[in-house]
Amino acid sequence: MTDIMTGKPTTAHIEGQQHPLKLYFLVWGLLFVLSAFSYMVDYAELQGMLRWSLILIFMVLKAGLIVAVFMHMAWERLALTYAILLPPAAVLAFLAIMTVESDYTFATRAVVFSGP
Amino acid sequence: MAEHTLHADRAEGLDGFVKDWSSDQRAFKRVSWGKAMMWIFLLSDTFVFSIFLLGYMSARMSTQSEWPNTSEVFALHVGGVELPLLLIAIMTFVLISSSGTMAMAVRCGYARARKATAGLMYLTAFLGAAFVGMQAFEWTKLIQEGVRPWENPFGAEQFGASFFMITGFHGTHVSFGVLFLIIIATKIWRGSFDRPGRTWLKSGAGDYEAVEIMGLYWHFVDLVWVFIFAFFYLW
Repeated sequence: MTDIMTGKPTTAHIEGQQHPLKLYFLVWGLLFVLSAFSYMVDYAELQGMLRWSLILIFMVLKAGLIVAVFMHMAWERLALTYAILLPPAAVLAFLAIMTVESDYTFATRAVVFSGP
Repeated sequence: MAEHTLHADRAEGLDGFVKDWSSDQRAFKRVSWGKAMMWIFLLSDTFVFSIFLLGYMSARMSTQSEWPNTSEVFALHVGGVELPLLLIAIMTFVLISSSGTMAMAVRCGYARARKATAGLMYLTAFLGAAFVGMQAFEWTKLIQEGVRPWENPFGAEQFGASFFMITGFHGTHVSFGVLFLIIIATKIWRGSFDRPGRTWLKSGAGDYEAVEIMGLYWHFVDLVWVFIFAFFYLW
């Protein structure tokens, strides 16, 4: 490949995604540790807010590591990152709607199923 | 020339984002169409799984009966001791291991290490097949215990429908992933990625990007499992 302005070969020839092996092993190890942690949450029979928050924290950390490093999203241009990572935010709106709707269904069933 | 357009120096950060999106012809610079399309497919798949999980949430939140205790339903008896979620934990570790071997395969692919790439992809496929095998075991166990999409002996009737649909759809994804891993690995092993000429998987000799695109799909399957593990099994 040559530079169109100078005609000389360009030095920076981008060759796919090449990242240090150490980083992959670090992420791999972290995923194992985080999975073990989330399993321990169930094994230790933690309940209530502590349980839910720990499960969610470990889940988000694992998802983030997979997307950022294994799927190389950390090194992609923002044009792609935003196009892929922002639309799922719409799911949060749907989540809110369905939470309200489910609560309503639950309340309606409580009234109807209890009989006259 | 096309190569040059793809790899030319560009503005970074937010400025680059605005310039990319408002530019001519292509918004995703330095990304091949194959990779961009895989990402867009994965985005659509994200919505599919999100909606499954939201459907499960709605069923669970609106039911009057008690939801089955997944910790007990998925427990395994080993040597007289009941271990909660043991099989699911093993499945999780197997899938994470397969993600690791896949990441290694992608790296070896860009280093043009033909045999290492194919070998690691075969290992990934093997771990994926092991995962599906364990899932089949789990389904068999639950079906024998009387779990059906419309009823089960443990609690709320909606449990079966949610379980079979969500894990079934995920298992199907893993199965197709295994199939494609084997296809691509075999082509690499035979050296077809090092020969010149264009095929549906490469644009010329030494074009190993298909491995990375395959990797994107495989990591996504692992990613979905992270959410299923948290919301269905642990919640």
